[in-house]
Amino acid sequence: MFAHLTNFGGSLFDEFRRLQDEMEGLYGHWPMPAGIRSVTRGTYPPINVGATPEQVDVYLFAAGLDTKTLDISLQQNLLTVSGERQAPVKEEANYYRKERFDGPFRRLITLPDDVDPERVDARYRDGVLEIHVKRREAKRPRQIEVK
Amino acid sequence: MAKTNSESKNVKPSESTGVQQGERAPEVVLRPPVDIYEDADGITLMADMPGVSRDRLTIEVDKDMLLVEGDARIDMPEGMDALYADVRSNRYRRSFTLSGELETGQIDASLKDGVLSVRIPKRAEVRPRKIEVRAE
Repeated sequence: MFAHLTNFGGSLFDEFRRLQDEMEGLYGHWPMPAGIRSVTRGTYPPINVGATPEQVDVYLFAAGLDTKTLDISLQQNLLTVSGERQAPVKEEANYYRKERFDGPFRRLITLPDDVDPERVDARYRDGVLEIHVKRREAKRPRQIEVK
Repeated sequence: MAKTNSESKNVKPSESTGVQQGERAPEVVLRPPVDIYEDADGITLMADMPGVSRDRLTIEVDKDMLLVEGDARIDMPEGMDALYADVRSNRYRRSFTLSGELETGQIDASLKDGVLSVRIPKRAEVRPRKIEVRAE
């Protein structure tokens, strides 16, 4: 009956995420130990990492970036992406919501061991920063013929 | 497992999107973060929807409801396995109710680098007016 009053457009997934954060706060990283480089959920910008036998792709979901502020470096298999995202507050306006990230950010991403730091390219499109890193030849699965 | 027509409509092939989706998983919708502010002339809404291009974005006004929807599309190589994923859907959706003094017929929207800005002006009669004092 009062569903429309309590439903503020949130999705079940957000609720689940919030619950997960709260559980972490209450019980520490129960039941699994956290990775030494793992970060709290909700860290800006969100990233996805995918891999094929030839390459590893990192996608950073960072809308409205000035690509001039971006600094991407790869040391062995540790990828660092830092930059600044500006979403300044307009002084003459009254704000109802201010949820968008504003300020400098930095994310470290551990890639598989066999990436080649010499062969990296990056591009920014529709607010997604894509970083493609090639893997070394030797580590690719080879077809072994049975004589 | 056989999929019904209605199911397959919602499931996008995973190689063309940024995320892996289970065949029978319920649709997960991302709630884009927004800034909403009001000034003398109207209300501005800004939403982060990275991965959404202009042709995959819809903004609808139905009576007093504003609905923003978009599909993120990322070209990924075929056969890619997810190693890590913060973003687990490619669909953004969020809705807001509007109030009567807003001119819903005059909404202006633009999208740049995944940032949507929507400008909803107030009706002329409710905008604050400066009243000039005549010197006699």
